[in-house]
Amino acid sequence: MDISRREFLRMAGASTIVGILGGWAAIELLPPRELEKKYLPKPGALKAKRWAMVVDVKKMDEKTANRCIAACHRIHNVPDIGDTKREIKWMWLEPFENAFYGEHQEHLTEQFIKNPFIVLCNHCENPPCVRVCPTKATWKREDGIVMMDMHRCIGCRFCMAACPYGSRSFNWMDSRPFIKERNPEYPTREKGVVEKCDFCAERIDEGLMPACVEVSNGALVFGDIRDPESEVRKILRSHYSIRRKSHLGTDPQVYYIV
Amino acid sequence: MADQKKEVIDCLRQTDFFKPKKVYDRGKVFTGIIILFAILTLPLFYNMATGKATKVAEPKIDTPYIQQLPEKDRVCIEPKKYMRENHMQLLDEWRDQVVRFGKKDYKGYTKMYTMSLQNTCLKCHSNYDNFCDECHRYAQVEPYCWTCHVDKPQEWAAEKFKGEK
Repeated sequence: MDISRREFLRMAGASTIVGILGGWAAIELLPPRELEKKYLPKPGALKAKRWAMVVDVKKMDEKTANRCIAACHRIHNVPDIGDTKREIKWMWLEPFENAFYGEHQEHLTEQFIKNPFIVLCNHCENPPCVRVCPTKATWKREDGIVMMDMHRCIGCRFCMAACPYGSRSFNWMDSRPFIKERNPEYPTREKGVVEKCDFCAERIDEGLMPACVEVSNGALVFGDIRDPESEVRKILRSHYSIRRKSHLGTDPQVYYIV
Repeated sequence: MADQKKEVIDCLRQTDFFKPKKVYDRGKVFTGIIILFAILTLPLFYNMATGKATKVAEPKIDTPYIQQLPEKDRVCIEPKKYMRENHMQLLDEWRDQVVRFGKKDYKGYTKMYTMSLQNTCLKCHSNYDNFCDECHRYAQVEPYCWTCHVDKPQEWAAEKFKGEK
């Protein structure tokens, strides 16, 4: 059977179109398979393209900060070990010169010298901890949250070496005896894993704001940084903000209004 | 080649290579073997005699939470047989869905459930020692869920689900 070049090209083009349309139709029209049917996100789950947090330093006095820290640590069963070499912290206070290393100036205003700054995981757009993790125990979610999977963590502490903010803590021992008031709804962590703030991913997936934001009386604002109309963007538009060690190129997503 | 082989065999025939060998101290050797065998299998017979080997695991589902439920609601998220055979794969999948993909709802065969070992499974099965570990001990598996998820579910559940219907 002879086939002309024109005929061949026509058939090739037609079958390409049929293939593309067919594949698309198969994805769109066929009913969802078992897995997709069984596992669903919560109906009220909060969604964003990119979560970010703004700390209003003027409103964030030490009392408010301690309230946020206490709420966070209580909800996530973070132990209070007391020993600075072994402590576990998701949120903590740091003087300006440590929190914003490299931005320290002589003769800063009183507010900068006196008030410690509340610090937490910056949920970087370009997280060095994720890059070094050999087991993918830490990774960046689609909404930008740098998440931890404790089941996967082998405790190699590469991420702790990589993180320029000291946001990660290693469990040197069984934390249970050091937890004063246990939240039965949240797991504790085993000896030998690394942990940190995860922007309350478990609460966001249930439709709740992060615990610290809830108790902060507006000193912490949380929202979608990609949405120009979101709360965080509105505040950042009208205030001067700084970020921790942004010169390192990690693109941190916790902004401080000073 | 074949001839050479034959020669070697013939040669060996002249020696006592193919002759049946005698076991010296036959009585002592065989008694020893029997005693050794008895010692090696002693644990087996011991367990059989004490009834340990024939004991079947009996996971209990008589927790306070389950008992207050009406008879028709006393069902697990999937049929019993499925749960018995596949709960480990199911929990593994739950973990991935919740931790990795942020999906928290699971469509069971009767209704929707929140995927959580600690807050959903252990709400009904608050007796993890008599329920989970009863079989785990029998099958000699040691899952380490409890090092993080819960260590005193009975007490917690009693506290938490006190007035819940």
